[in-house]
Amino acid sequence: MVSVDLELDCRAMRCPMPVIELARRLEEVPVGGTIGVVATDVAARVDVPAWCRMREQEYVGEDVAADGVPVFVVRRLR
Amino acid sequence: MELLTHERAFRSRADKTASGYRIALPSSRWGTQYVGTVTYLSGTPGAGPRTELDTASSEPLHPAAREVLLAALDQGYADPRRLHHPGRSARLLLDNARAVVAETLGVRTDEVSFTGSGTEAVHRGLLGLLRGSRRGRQVAHSPVEHAAVRHAVAWGGEPVEVPCDRAGRVHADDLTRAALAPEVGVVALQTANHEVGTVQPVGEVEPPDGVPLFTDACASMGRLPLPGGWAAAAGSAHKWGGPAGVGVLLVRKGARWRNPFPGDDRVDERVAGFENVPGALAAAAALQAVVAEREDVSARQRLLVDRIRAAVAEIPDTEVVGDPVDRLPHLVTCSFLYVDGEALVHALDRHGFGVASGSACAASTLEPSAVLAAMGVLTHGNVRVSLGRDTTEAEVDRFLAVLPGVVRDLRAEVGL
Repeated sequence: MVSVDLELDCRAMRCPMPVIELARRLEEVPVGGTIGVVATDVAARVDVPAWCRMREQEYVGEDVAADGVPVFVVRRLR
Repeated sequence: MELLTHERAFRSRADKTASGYRIALPSSRWGTQYVGTVTYLSGTPGAGPRTELDTASSEPLHPAAREVLLAALDQGYADPRRLHHPGRSARLLLDNARAVVAETLGVRTDEVSFTGSGTEAVHRGLLGLLRGSRRGRQVAHSPVEHAAVRHAVAWGGEPVEVPCDRAGRVHADDLTRAALAPEVGVVALQTANHEVGTVQPVGEVEPPDGVPLFTDACASMGRLPLPGGWAAAAGSAHKWGGPAGVGVLLVRKGARWRNPFPGDDRVDERVAGFENVPGALAAAAALQAVVAEREDVSARQRLLVDRIRAAVAEIPDTEVVGDPVDRLPHLVTCSFLYVDGEALVHALDRHGFGVASGSACAASTLEPSAVLAAMGVLTHGNVRVSLGRDTTEAEVDRFLAVLPGVVRDLRAEVGL
């Protein structure tokens, strides 16, 4: 998997918790930095990109963690 | 035997238990016989008045339908195939229902069938076209079709999904192009989306000869005129103020439709089972009334929905979805970031407002709405607000006064 500046383990969380976690911890990375949201919740595949659009952040794409769980990668733009 | 139709009747004949009322029916042979327990919703619905904003799930029975239904229960109980007086009476009412629906929708009488539900009308309409098609068993359809369409395709054919835009609209050219593949036997496109209200370009799809179009009109029937270009269509009476348990299947004269299920030797060869004559007549009465008052009601609903859309857009981190203009008149859907959809529905319910949600946590499947996902819009914190024919400006204003605070409180609970 691509390296990210901050990985959020949201494996056990159900929607909307992964997106809440993403919003809460965005400022832990500098502008230009990346966050990987590791989430088993099926809604995250739609909601992380939607969050990026609504909050004017960049959705980089989807990757897979070592255990096969999807990782949704976001770049902080502001 | 007296029918137990209201609470007082229940009370007089039933013993209250911890979970509800035990229903007792008098029996000449056995004395009083307990036949079951009716459980009522526990808890009080709250002090203030209630406003139900979920007519897209089910509209209350139209007053015009109630009267007709009660009369038809007595006069239309018999087997409409029998030649005796009650049989002829039932047949007369059934033919009358068919004629009224045909006239109201602008179709031929022999194009109208009554089914047991909108879902059954979808299954029969779509699968009947597929069975009649001389081409392949694939069905090209939008990604925002109702579950009834998706399940029918999975059961009897193979899906070919054509993408939609952010408003949930499919481009007619994309569907037309998909239909050119020789494996495609049928094209399916809803008249309007049941979750976000966006109207689809049904009349603009031009499938090649031999590929009929099926349209699921359950969300729009009675509310919008039928589009053109379809070979079969489906409607659902409880969504326009008719009784539950009645669907309408329309099959164009000359369409290659073959019954996909076992036949029956009854009044209408497209359907099976004993006819629900009172239901069909009440559904027809409601449809006629709804179409007669459509211009006034939909103009009022459109203004109220515009008002909701504008007010909700003022709430930070909110997405109002679906086409703002070319849409169903009575429905609006929005999503609030960081809000749990189930918690939002419960909080609004405590304030006296009944709304639906497409969020995963509010769904029986725990999957987010396929419609919202296909559109690429936020699936959590989602509510669908749908107005009734008599929803007032004051009720909408009261809703809009409550909503921002409810959203703010739910966000505060998670620190956002």
